[in-house]
Amino acid sequence: MEKIPILRMGDFLLVTIQVDMHDRLAMALQDDLTRMISDTEARGVLIDISSLEIVDSFIGRMLGNIAAMSRVLDANTVVVGMQPAVAITLVELGLSLPGVRTALNVDAGMELLRNSVNASRETYGSTRN
Amino acid sequence: MSTVPIDKSTSALAGILARNQDQLLSEWLKEMTGSTRRSDLMNEADLRSQCTQFLRLMNKALETAGANFQSSSWDGVREMLGDVSRTRAQQGFTPSETAMFVFSAKRAIFVQIRQACKDADSLAAETWAATELLDSMGLYTTEVYQKSREEVIRRQQEELLELSTPVVKLWDGILALPIIGTLDSARTQIVMESLLQAIVQTNSRVAIIDITGVPTVDTVVAQHLLKTVTAARLMGADCIISGVRPQIAQTIVHLGINLLDITTKATLSAAFKIALERTGFNLHQDLRKP
Repeated sequence: MEKIPILRMGDFLLVTIQVDMHDRLAMALQDDLTRMISDTEARGVLIDISSLEIVDSFIGRMLGNIAAMSRVLDANTVVVGMQPAVAITLVELGLSLPGVRTALNVDAGMELLRNSVNASRETYGSTRN
Repeated sequence: MSTVPIDKSTSALAGILARNQDQLLSEWLKEMTGSTRRSDLMNEADLRSQCTQFLRLMNKALETAGANFQSSSWDGVREMLGDVSRTRAQQGFTPSETAMFVFSAKRAIFVQIRQACKDADSLAAETWAATELLDSMGLYTTEVYQKSREEVIRRQQEELLELSTPVVKLWDGILALPIIGTLDSARTQIVMESLLQAIVQTNSRVAIIDITGVPTVDTVVAQHLLKTVTAARLMGADCIISGVRPQIAQTIVHLGINLLDITTKATLSAAFKIALERTGFNLHQDLRKP
């Protein structure tokens, strides 16, 4: 069965969705990602969906769920590179993904993650690195 | 409409058209000169050739299919009348002037019918048949005239739609979308698509939607705006709504529309300043060179 690779990059995890998402793949990604976050104690997750051209309500909800779960596991999540057609579809479906942070591209997303992790370190004086 | 079957009641008209076409033509032209001719829009020769062609086609159709205007034998006449109406609509004739092209032929035709018919019964029948035929032709010209005007209006609407949704780049990473006119569903779709496309192309982090030119904001318009802002946010761009006039601010609050999650500014310049700050630019004025 095909699988979406999750790459580790320092404190962050990088997920690049380059195939058409189907429901089972999304479920598998949810399992893998949550396990990976708890295993690696990652501080941030970056999900790149720039190659994703078709979404339905299930995948849209899945993205929101994954982001919410990551937050519960104390990892910031940024979704980057959403295509205009995908954004319009999600809005028309009534899925505005309120808890999900977004960025235009991987560069901007990484910066956002670094900033938020630094900010939380300053606030809570975390010693983890 | 015209359901007159092929019977002898139109034979007089057909006969007149076949035999006395020249006389009919001159009578008709005289009638038109007296009442409806627009010499400023159309010259004599063109009108004459149009009338001649019309009479010729009508004669042919009457001979083959009688006075049934709906039948396919009248296609030639219909096509010709359609052309006449369309060109006249473009030239600036009024609808009644266009319809009078057909109706002005009545007097000439009736005079001829009266000469051809001997008794009152056949005269009445012939006159009725001719009237019905001419009326349906006149109505047809008006219909085509109307259709061609509607065509023009539709095209202009489309052009207006294209024209009125430009996305302009104000700075590196800052886009502006000035909206002029009312936002309806069709326009919102175009506005949304062009804005999101421009965000991807220019890699912009901030988009300013300026609604100075939007006359009123009701719940529907506000919902369309919210949709656009949400879609832009999903792609990773911030949206600022600028140009909120005092009356519009009042309306929004009275309608209970929640715009709390969106940055709104009264003027485009205020929005631009915020956008510069968010993208990390700093404006400063050199006081030595005022």
